[in-house]
Amino acid sequence: MIWNAFAIAVREIGRNLTRAFLTVLGIFIGVAAIITMVTLGQGATLAVKAQISSLGNNLLTLRPGAGFGSRASAAGTPHFTEKDAVIIEEQIAGIAAAAPVRTASLSTIYLQNARLSTVTGTTPIYFQINKWNLAEGRFFTDIDLRSGAAVCVIGPTVRKELFGTENPIGAKIRIGKASCEVIGLLVGKGQAGMFDQDDTIIMPLSALQRRMIGKTSSHDISQIAISAQDGVDSNVLITEITSLMRQRRNLQRNQDNNFNIFDTRQIAETLGATTQLMTMLLAAVAGVSLLVGGIGIMNIMLVSVTERTREIGIRLAIGATAGEVLLQFLVEAVTLSCVGGLLGMLLAFGLCAGLARLIQVPFNFNAQINLIAFLFAAAVGVLFGYAPARRAARLNPIDALRHE
Amino acid sequence: MNPPAVTPLIELHGLTKTYGVGDAAFQALKGIDLTIHRGEFVAIMGPSGSGKSTLMNVLGCLDTPTAGSYHYQGIAVESLDTNERSLLRRYALGFVFQGFNLLARTSSLDNVELPLLYRGVSRKERHEKAVAALTSVGLPTKLDSTPAELSGGQQQRVAIARAIVTEPSTLFADEPTGNLDSVTTGDVMELLTRLNLDRGITVLLVTHDDHVATFARRTVLIKDGLIESDVVRAGTPLRT
Repeated sequence: MIWNAFAIAVREIGRNLTRAFLTVLGIFIGVAAIITMVTLGQGATLAVKAQISSLGNNLLTLRPGAGFGSRASAAGTPHFTEKDAVIIEEQIAGIAAAAPVRTASLSTIYLQNARLSTVTGTTPIYFQINKWNLAEGRFFTDIDLRSGAAVCVIGPTVRKELFGTENPIGAKIRIGKASCEVIGLLVGKGQAGMFDQDDTIIMPLSALQRRMIGKTSSHDISQIAISAQDGVDSNVLITEITSLMRQRRNLQRNQDNNFNIFDTRQIAETLGATTQLMTMLLAAVAGVSLLVGGIGIMNIMLVSVTERTREIGIRLAIGATAGEVLLQFLVEAVTLSCVGGLLGMLLAFGLCAGLARLIQVPFNFNAQINLIAFLFAAAVGVLFGYAPARRAARLNPIDALRHE
Repeated sequence: MNPPAVTPLIELHGLTKTYGVGDAAFQALKGIDLTIHRGEFVAIMGPSGSGKSTLMNVLGCLDTPTAGSYHYQGIAVESLDTNERSLLRRYALGFVFQGFNLLARTSSLDNVELPLLYRGVSRKERHEKAVAALTSVGLPTKLDSTPAELSGGQQQRVAIARAIVTEPSTLFADEPTGNLDSVTTGDVMELLTRLNLDRGITVLLVTHDDHVATFARRTVLIKDGLIESDVVRAGTPLRT
């Protein structure tokens, strides 16, 4: 009897391909949407976490100016000096390292390739603080720093733009007014928001000050990068650094800070919460699309109730039992729902893989959401396919036949 | 030839059918006594609302009587449950409707095979029987046509093929020519007559058309839910 019902159901699907197609489509889109959105949302959360940790753990950045944005580098705000970095490292407990950082935007030229790059002058400890790893060559050393050697380490973006596929190690590039030898290539960290971390040239602070800029203010530095020791509360460090810097900058009680401290852990927490919110939002949107898909299925099923009720009447009249008719409709609904659900899962897999690559987030197959979406869609399809049939099959055959 | 003591095919006693309840109740059949023997060709006639279609539906187990007894080949139909009535329809009864009631977007062949599918007949035998049935109604070239591609007369002949493919003992035809013109009406009625004469299928025909009724050998006239007359042509009129 089951086999018979299956055979009849398959015939019936083949006969009503448009209806079958629309039913499958509703489930298909709903399932694909929810799986894709949730999977990509989770991928994005992972990507953000990875990027934050690539900035460096427990990294504090001391910057002049009262805060972010237009106030950040207000005119007249005194810069930091190399001495500040040394004092902070010496006087505040719980600090692993502090590196003075001077950045300048300079033109870089190699053969016929020219571009504007952000050049960072700093000390060798900076690589450790910012978690940079070498792909090729070497970092510069304290010896290079003392001698002011014209050497630099470049990020993958600079390498690609200036050298293409050529090996950059040992090549001389022109930075600003001077020539500089490339001694190392960094391992890329990727985008951090709008900002490409890999578009960077890092050289000894002394070389940048003396050779590339060469002005009276050349001993000023623009930032101090500080890494805390593991397990140290960054809030305590911030308080201590703040009071030390107020003292060193002779700020009176009634004066605001003319510097600020940027804490990556805070940013990480904020961004983590934001992406989690985004994932929930995406899941909600996807849930709505599944619901809309479900309503679509319901409409198709309900629109065809008149025709199907007559069909049930005909089947009953020629000798089908109510049970056989119901089994047929159940098999039909289950078949269509499952086909739609499986196709939706396939599409979602393709979409996730493609989109994850496009927006550069990791793609992890999430079995749980696949199962949930599939079961929900199948339940909707079966419910709305079966319920009207159940009502019709309970009628007297003659009432089903006369249904208008 | 038949011994007089043979069990009648259909035997009704005091059959009533009431629609609705209370003040809105309408009694469509008010107590029908009727006996029909195997091989008869009976026309049930009457004006609109007389209850003739209701009687037909109850006889065909498409509807249930309110009271009274109905025996089909000695089986008390009123005591059967829904499934058993389905099985009675499946193995003993065939239907032809005014509105044809073929499955839409379904070929003639598949429509005719449908009752065999529920009987569990093998694929090969289904095909052979359906082709034979469609050939016997004169449609051997329309096997793959869907109802939309057929004329009214052709659709009704497909419906007749579907009704006879299971070789039922009784064929119920409710206004089978109601939607047809006079020429195709003649074709369909000749077909029903031939099935009755050649195959011995008992035919119960509901009609309000006097010409159509002349094909039957017995005419039962219903009025206001009661049998008004019961006449056997070319013989002595029977009084109920």
